[in-house]
Amino acid sequence: MFGALLLAIVCAIGYELIRQSMASIQKFGLAFWRTEIWDPVAGQFGALPFIWGTLYSSILALVISTPIALGIAVFISELCPAGLRQPLVFLTELLAAIPSIVYGLWGIFVLVPAIRALEAATPEPLRQLPLFSGPPLGVGMLSAAAILAVMVIPFSSSVSREVLKSVPPAQREAAYALGATRFEAIRAALFYARTGIVGAVMLGFGRALGETMAVTMVIGNNPKVSLSLFAPQYTMAAVIANEFTEAADELYLAALVEIGLVLFVITLLVNSLSRLLIWWMARTAKPSMTAEPAPAAEAA
Amino acid sequence: MRSSTFDSTAALKGCATVIARLKGCATVIARLKGCATVIGLKGCATVVAAILIGVTVAAQTIQINGAGATFPNPIYSKWFDEYGKAHGNIRINYQSVGSGAGIRQIQAQTVFFGATDGPMTNEQLQQAPGKILHFPTVLGAVVPVYNIPNVTAELKFSGPVLADIFLGKVAKWNDAAIAKLNPGVTLPAIDITVVHRSDGSGTTYIWVDYLSKTSPEFLKKVGVNTAVNWPTGVGGKGNEGVSGLVRQTPGSLGYVELIYALQNKIAYGSVENMAGESVKASVQSVTAAANEAAAKMPADFRVSITNAPGKGVYPISSFTWLLLYENPKDKAQAKAMVDFMKWALSDGQKYCGDLGYAPLPESVVKLELAALAKVKTS
Repeated sequence: MFGALLLAIVCAIGYELIRQSMASIQKFGLAFWRTEIWDPVAGQFGALPFIWGTLYSSILALVISTPIALGIAVFISELCPAGLRQPLVFLTELLAAIPSIVYGLWGIFVLVPAIRALEAATPEPLRQLPLFSGPPLGVGMLSAAAILAVMVIPFSSSVSREVLKSVPPAQREAAYALGATRFEAIRAALFYARTGIVGAVMLGFGRALGETMAVTMVIGNNPKVSLSLFAPQYTMAAVIANEFTEAADELYLAALVEIGLVLFVITLLVNSLSRLLIWWMARTAKPSMTAEPAPAAEAA
Repeated sequence: MRSSTFDSTAALKGCATVIARLKGCATVIARLKGCATVIGLKGCATVVAAILIGVTVAAQTIQINGAGATFPNPIYSKWFDEYGKAHGNIRINYQSVGSGAGIRQIQAQTVFFGATDGPMTNEQLQQAPGKILHFPTVLGAVVPVYNIPNVTAELKFSGPVLADIFLGKVAKWNDAAIAKLNPGVTLPAIDITVVHRSDGSGTTYIWVDYLSKTSPEFLKKVGVNTAVNWPTGVGGKGNEGVSGLVRQTPGSLGYVELIYALQNKIAYGSVENMAGESVKASVQSVTAAANEAAAKMPADFRVSITNAPGKGVYPISSFTWLLLYENPKDKAQAKAMVDFMKWALSDGQKYCGDLGYAPLPESVVKLELAALAKVKTS
């Protein structure tokens, strides 16, 4: 019953997004997805820099956050003394409760100056690489990825921890019985829980894709596609939040709604892909190894 | 129909918040139940009576809703508050949702009046179901703010130089164009980091309107709107975002509203006007710009006063407008609104100075009072 309602709501959102962005869809067609121009004065709109910025920042955030989140989860569930466990769980989950505007302010006043110093200290030969080109502004892709990583960690680490907790003790005992070291036993537990961990990472990915306020405050908001970590870039959620209130003409508004539609489609794709991945992993696992279906990324 | 757009896009983000709220609600309801038992029947009766009284009072009050520009929000709030104190039966609500949203809402007639920092275009006026009138309420200015290590002197700028910097053509602080305007100041050979607004804003509108008037190349490559396609630089969200970035980034140049710079004690540069003087923005120099414009004021008040001619004029000044239908549906609200406007244009202007706005010149107020008489209140 509630499942059907949820499906209906998702369909209604999709329908409404398409309806409201009709003007832009008709004018730009599929070119909207691969045009790099965003010019409200001339009425030329393309989503490419925003798609790029969103995916790039989110993937970078996952690259930074996944090892840390996994480390936290393993430490809490496997290694940590019992007395320390609850306070640590509480502290990681507290990170999730901080409003994103607070993260953003922290980003502007603490993270960005630190990143600027780091960028300025990058040796000259490295600066020749496209990955580190451009002036050291502080605001840009690197700051955005770093702040997203911090915001994503509580989500992926909490879910990973729960998944690890649900690994039957017999698994670890069997590993020890076979003469495994502690490290090998943890590896066996991680392997057993891998579908769930992928689900946890994907949950974090969904969170990173949709994050708006903290990102827009540190990413530099410049709609240009660039590989450089130092370059100011832009994300889909950020441009909607920034420009929606002042968009007075029809086409501009429709283009912004279409950005929302693109974000909606990409989130759906990412979620479906992660589902497929989990399903495929569960299927290829040996029957004895099959973990229960993991909570997949639902956050949009 | 248009206003529902916002709901659908926000819905995604809102879901999580809603769920959290629902949980909160449940707790509140549980508490309320507890309260009811404690207060008992007597308490209940009082509550019911209070609600009934509230309803009868509300029926007599005239409530007017408006929405629009964020820039004049501080003075509008002050006005509505002061006016409400003197006229208990009139309540004016204002939502500072942005000029664009203000224009959309008055077109859709979901609010009684709108407010905007850039005048409505002809197409926008045609899309509205009735004739919309513009009324300038106060004046504001936009100032260049900068951060150059080891330079304490107050810098002087000109329109063409600012345009070239924002086009990315002048990229170093020691460029000959800047040095020429600032003899005696030693400028370092560091890159200029341009900081602009990332959100759509009336501030941006005023800034690019000025740059486009002084540089044909800027007009051609960038143009005028509340959000534009910047050739260079980084975007900060809001005045606080821009000033935050400027303060932290050595070698940066940005633009913020005069009020914001005054209230936060941010140093800002002066700008060369058409008479060739280098003028710093102040309440006087902004009102001077409006005074110059008053002589050639068009009947609908849709006028840009950036780069105004005359002596002592600060060139990056602008009116902010309130939008009213000439023939509003609700005549009681129309009457109340016109009375309020008369007050705002006369007594209300005295609040300008404290809040960092420049008051309207007498000549403009006279023209507006004449135009107000055209609004049909019966």
